[in-house]
Amino acid sequence: MRKLILALGLILSAAGAMAFDIEEERLFASGQETSIVSILSTTDIDIFEPLVVSFQSVNPGITVQYTVASTTEVYRAVSGRERAFDLVISSAMDLQMKLANDGFAREHRSIETEGLPNWARWRDQLFAFAQEPVVLILSRPAFEGLRLPQTRADLIDLLRANPERFEGRIGTYDPNRSGAGYLFATQDARQSDTFWRLTEVMGGLSPRLYDGSGAMIADVQAGRLALAYNVLGSYAAAQLAGDPNAALIELEDFTNVLLRTALIPREAARPELGAAFLDFLLSDEGQTLIDEKAGLPRIDAATLASAGHRRPIRLDPGLLVFVDPLKRQRFLSEWTAAVVRR
Amino acid sequence: MIRTPFTAPGSIRQRLILQLLVLVAVLSWVLYLSVRTVAGAAVETTQDAILGSATIAIAEELRGGVDGVAIDIPYTAFSMLGATGEDRVFYRILVDGATVTGYEDLPLADQPLGGLSPLFYTREYQSDTVRIAAVERSVIVGSRPVRVEVIVAQTRSAQDAIVAQMANRAATLGLGFFAIAALLSLLTARSVLQPVNNLAEAVGRRGPQDLRPVERPVPSELAPLMAALNQFIARLSGALIRTETFITEAAHHIRTPLATLRAQAEIALRQSQDEAARAAIRGMIRSVDDSARSVGQLLDHAAVVYRTDQRTDEEIDLAALTRDMVAVFGPAAELREIGFELHLPDVPVTMTADRLLLESAIRNLLDNAVKYSALEGLISVSLEVESDQARLGVCDRGRGLSGAKSAALTGRFRRGENVADVIGSGLGLTIVREVAAAHGGDFRLTEREGGGACANLSLPLA
Repeated sequence: MRKLILALGLILSAAGAMAFDIEEERLFASGQETSIVSILSTTDIDIFEPLVVSFQSVNPGITVQYTVASTTEVYRAVSGRERAFDLVISSAMDLQMKLANDGFAREHRSIETEGLPNWARWRDQLFAFAQEPVVLILSRPAFEGLRLPQTRADLIDLLRANPERFEGRIGTYDPNRSGAGYLFATQDARQSDTFWRLTEVMGGLSPRLYDGSGAMIADVQAGRLALAYNVLGSYAAAQLAGDPNAALIELEDFTNVLLRTALIPREAARPELGAAFLDFLLSDEGQTLIDEKAGLPRIDAATLASAGHRRPIRLDPGLLVFVDPLKRQRFLSEWTAAVVRR
Repeated sequence: MIRTPFTAPGSIRQRLILQLLVLVAVLSWVLYLSVRTVAGAAVETTQDAILGSATIAIAEELRGGVDGVAIDIPYTAFSMLGATGEDRVFYRILVDGATVTGYEDLPLADQPLGGLSPLFYTREYQSDTVRIAAVERSVIVGSRPVRVEVIVAQTRSAQDAIVAQMANRAATLGLGFFAIAALLSLLTARSVLQPVNNLAEAVGRRGPQDLRPVERPVPSELAPLMAALNQFIARLSGALIRTETFITEAAHHIRTPLATLRAQAEIALRQSQDEAARAAIRGMIRSVDDSARSVGQLLDHAAVVYRTDQRTDEEIDLAALTRDMVAVFGPAAELREIGFELHLPDVPVTMTADRLLLESAIRNLLDNAVKYSALEGLISVSLEVESDQARLGVCDRGRGLSGAKSAALTGRFRRGENVADVIGSGLGLTIVREVAAAHGGDFRLTEREGGGACANLSLPLA
């Protein structure tokens, strides 16, 4: 176990130290403070602020300490018991799954958790509160005269037919640096063999590698990129809204749907407060706020059922496979060999 | 025949039901246990098969090479473990005994792995019970064989949940089985005991004179009981016939010589001139009379006892019967200058009764009254009809009851303390009481106002 964590740490963090890096931290003080709930999250404070404020209006007297860290730091903080948190929120489903499987999460049952579909919870320990499609975005001017791709096969054909147009203008996650990018790439690889063909083709066109969706979206909007592959749909939709030059495409062969998940750590100091915040997230009010204010699509089985190409990434032990350090090493070296040309 | 003490009192029906219920409960429990065991084994076999496939799927992706063993865990290997439920998954891969990936404290098998199929074992791990599959493969690395062990473990909550669900169904099934069987056992007990009840009812319904053998179809198990019952009835019937014969014979054999003796004594009295001899003969005659009377009463009593069991009922006019009986006592009463005062209804008082028994009762009442009345006394005989009761009252001006209880005087061979000088057997009132009881009536003695006693016999008319 220790070795596994160490290996992950060595691979994921250049420093390799056990210290855990915080990106941002804010205290939402309540007027008449009685208790503090500490939340560790990968989601930016700005996105979560309306939810925290609304939670505090329903539960006055609870101060919320909201700490933001990267997915790998979140994993390390919980598995290494760096600091006690009452609720841990992350978009890295694989790492969250690993935490729950390895016994770092508490069970919690409530009307709200029972209301979740089966695919959105695991063992009453891991709960999804938002579902986000992973999409392709592109700059319309770059595709002038070309049909917009609807599948990966379309995209491969377009890239092959017009290398001069896309050379150096393709953006995607670097799975070596980004946990989300690694999850998207591994899920793509799991879903279809076309992923490797697409990776080969993109690799031949000197792609630019990113560690966040925001920068990719900005570069597409600025015209520096013709297309960005595997971008978080919720961010893209918010940023591209009203931009006539950008297009957001859910590929029809399949579109992975990322679930943002929360768990209550076993080491939580005030698990009942973490549970209260979780129940609020899953309540109808919380889900509406997530959908409308935070811009993250709410958990909704109906929209998934109506759009057959959307495949929620399954919360099952399969996610553990790509967390395995040997498997990870193998996957990354293959990916790197396909993309990075000397 | 040695009688064994009756060790099982209570009801056969209850015992039968109890034994059937115990049997059914045991069967239901066995059913529950076997379903549970079989279901548990079946589920474990299925889960083991999946776990084994996952393990083999990993083992089959092992590749040799120049640098070392290439390990590529297929996504489906773990994904398939999630198909049956939400169980935790652990794994460990060892190359030449050294853990290269996975959970390095996952328990190893305690026996050597061999062959292509996985070895299964159950252990405690991370505060959970886990089922473990372990398989070994040999991989060629740099032309040297390297031993690789693949161990995959899974918690058993899904399996436990399925077994619990099966067990619940088995329990429901067992309870249902028990309920139905309990109902059936009630019905069985009832139908088994029905012939016994029928027989008892048939025998109980018989009239007092009906001593015919019981003739009805019964199950073979009841045949011995019925045979014994019929034998008993036959013996009883025989005994009754013998008693009746004996009473008739005794009456004939005792009364007749006494009558002869009395006649001869009277002749001797008439012929004898010696005063002393005459006095002796008179005393003898009185003794003969007393003996005849005592024998008569003894036989009367025996006849009453016998006839109580063997009644021959007929329509009787109680008023006429009383009048006739008073007439019979007329001469004996006149000797002592005792008169009768009759208060009888003019209309017939009819009732269904045994004539002989009633005659016996009235005779004993009148006899008592005459016997205990003072000389020149008046005996009042009244008959009244009150709703459905006929009340016959015989009142004398004798010495009364002297405070003795009515019940004490009507006992067999019981006599009042104030009558030692009067000859009597003490059976008269017993006879009256037994006749009253045989007809569902009542008999009591009371003090008469102004001296003497009243004997009241009440008989139902219906």
